[in-house]
Amino acid sequence: MPESLTLAWYQFRLERRMFWRNPSAAFFNFLLPLLFLALFGAIFSGNQKDLNVIVPGIAGMSIMSTTFSALAMNLTFLREQGVLKRIRGTPLPEGSYLLGVFGNAITNACIQLTIVVLAGKLFFNIDWPKDWIELVVYLAAGVTCLAALGVAWSHVIPNFDAAPAYVNIVFLPVIFISGVFYDVGNAPQFLRDIAQALPLTHVIDGLSGALVSGRSLQDNWSGLVVIAIWAAAGIFFAVRGFRWDARRTD
Amino acid sequence: MSAAAPAILVRDLRKSYGSFAAVQGIDFEVAPGEVFGLLGPNGAGKTSTVEILEGYRRRDGGIASVLGHDPEQRPRDLRRRIGIVLQSTGMYRHITVREALTHWARFYPHARDVDEVLTLAGLDEKADALARTLSGGQMRRLDFGLALVGDPELIFLDEPTTGFDPAARRAAWDVIRSLQDLGKTVLLTTHYLDEAQALCDRVAIIKEGRIVAEGPPAELGASSSRYRVTWRSPETGRLETRETEDPTALLHQLTSAALARGEGLRDLSVTRPSLEDVYLELTAEATSQEPANA
Repeated sequence: MPESLTLAWYQFRLERRMFWRNPSAAFFNFLLPLLFLALFGAIFSGNQKDLNVIVPGIAGMSIMSTTFSALAMNLTFLREQGVLKRIRGTPLPEGSYLLGVFGNAITNACIQLTIVVLAGKLFFNIDWPKDWIELVVYLAAGVTCLAALGVAWSHVIPNFDAAPAYVNIVFLPVIFISGVFYDVGNAPQFLRDIAQALPLTHVIDGLSGALVSGRSLQDNWSGLVVIAIWAAAGIFFAVRGFRWDARRTD
Repeated sequence: MSAAAPAILVRDLRKSYGSFAAVQGIDFEVAPGEVFGLLGPNGAGKTSTVEILEGYRRRDGGIASVLGHDPEQRPRDLRRRIGIVLQSTGMYRHITVREALTHWARFYPHARDVDEVLTLAGLDEKADALARTLSGGQMRRLDFGLALVGDPELIFLDEPTTGFDPAARRAAWDVIRSLQDLGKTVLLTTHYLDEAQALCDRVAIIKEGRIVAEGPPAELGASSSRYRVTWRSPETGRLETRETEDPTALLHQLTSAALARGEGLRDLSVTRPSLEDVYLELTAEATSQEPANA
């Protein structure tokens, strides 16, 4: 057991090194939420009510892009390149490998969330997080759920050329419907119903409670249930359909 | 040691993809320390067989035992004792050769020294190069290095030199020969006859999912019942070739005719068929319509 954890740690360190080895990609990765914040900050300039929506919204979007989008893209790439198949031929336990990969995605989510919180404090007049425990709970729930869904979604993506389209067809509608850029409460009823069923809506809700409104965890528990259901489905399909090989091997 | 259980034992192995029977009842054994070759055209079932033994695919029937384990169960003890060079695999684009070998070495309990593996694979000068900058031949050497860094007892090489230029092939052969010298067991697939001949202690010729001949490369040709007699025809001045199961009568006929004419018989030779002849004959009807690498 400790050995598989040691190996997971080595895998995590390798994933981090590979991430930073492509510095321009890493830079734009972290620039994106800042760019969005700057744009919407300019649009909503002086309107604190909208800024209070956009900061947790961008925080939620960052969590989704660093976990769901990044894992779906990367695992498809590694699978199609044959890297996963090569790893499967070694004694590295599958669990250690996946733990390292998850750790990498979660680290990026934490870095981006930190950037968003800092930017909110510095530029958008949003104070330090009001409820740290709630922040950690929703960050943990969000990354677990969205990372699992990202792995599961990579099974659906047939090849790497198709990966950006497959990722965006999910990512873009979800960030709009889930209220990254506006208050879901102002959307038409059918969109609000869809939003209530999506995990990101509740991640953003929770982050909003932790960062802005100070609404406590107890008032928000139903959101955690929705996230947990998606997480369970995500983990189920992530594990069940995992393909190490670009070709069918069963 | 030599009388020990076989490193690989395969009995009546079967594998189908839908209605296509890729492997149709294969039997063979590989002794510890032996270099065994599966030789056959594309689509003959070589890769399917090897990938079943590597634990990548499930067999439909038969017995497969690798170092005493069922490869389908993928036990960790087995994965620690084998090294795999797949037909084609990629690598992280931004990893250096040394980083890759160092990382891979951590997976194994008794890994070899990374510098030693760099030398063995001929990658000393490329140690700090990123994987994405390597040429095809250099990438293949990294494949070898990654398969060897865990100091495995048994190494699978699936078409290790396909697409290589002659110099790169020779270099790869040298690595494989050094494995042999280290006492490793090697199972390699190839569709190059000279490769099988140069490297393998024993070869199984595989065609349409079945083994059609098996034995040491030198004996495979000799096992054919026919002889090939070649001579230069005194009438036409051209080389004549005839194959016969009993060369005595033909030789008698040729030599007595020559004696009667009072001249020698030039360019006379009697040979057993080479491995190439046997291979081409046995795989003659093998078509290339079957899916490659199935």
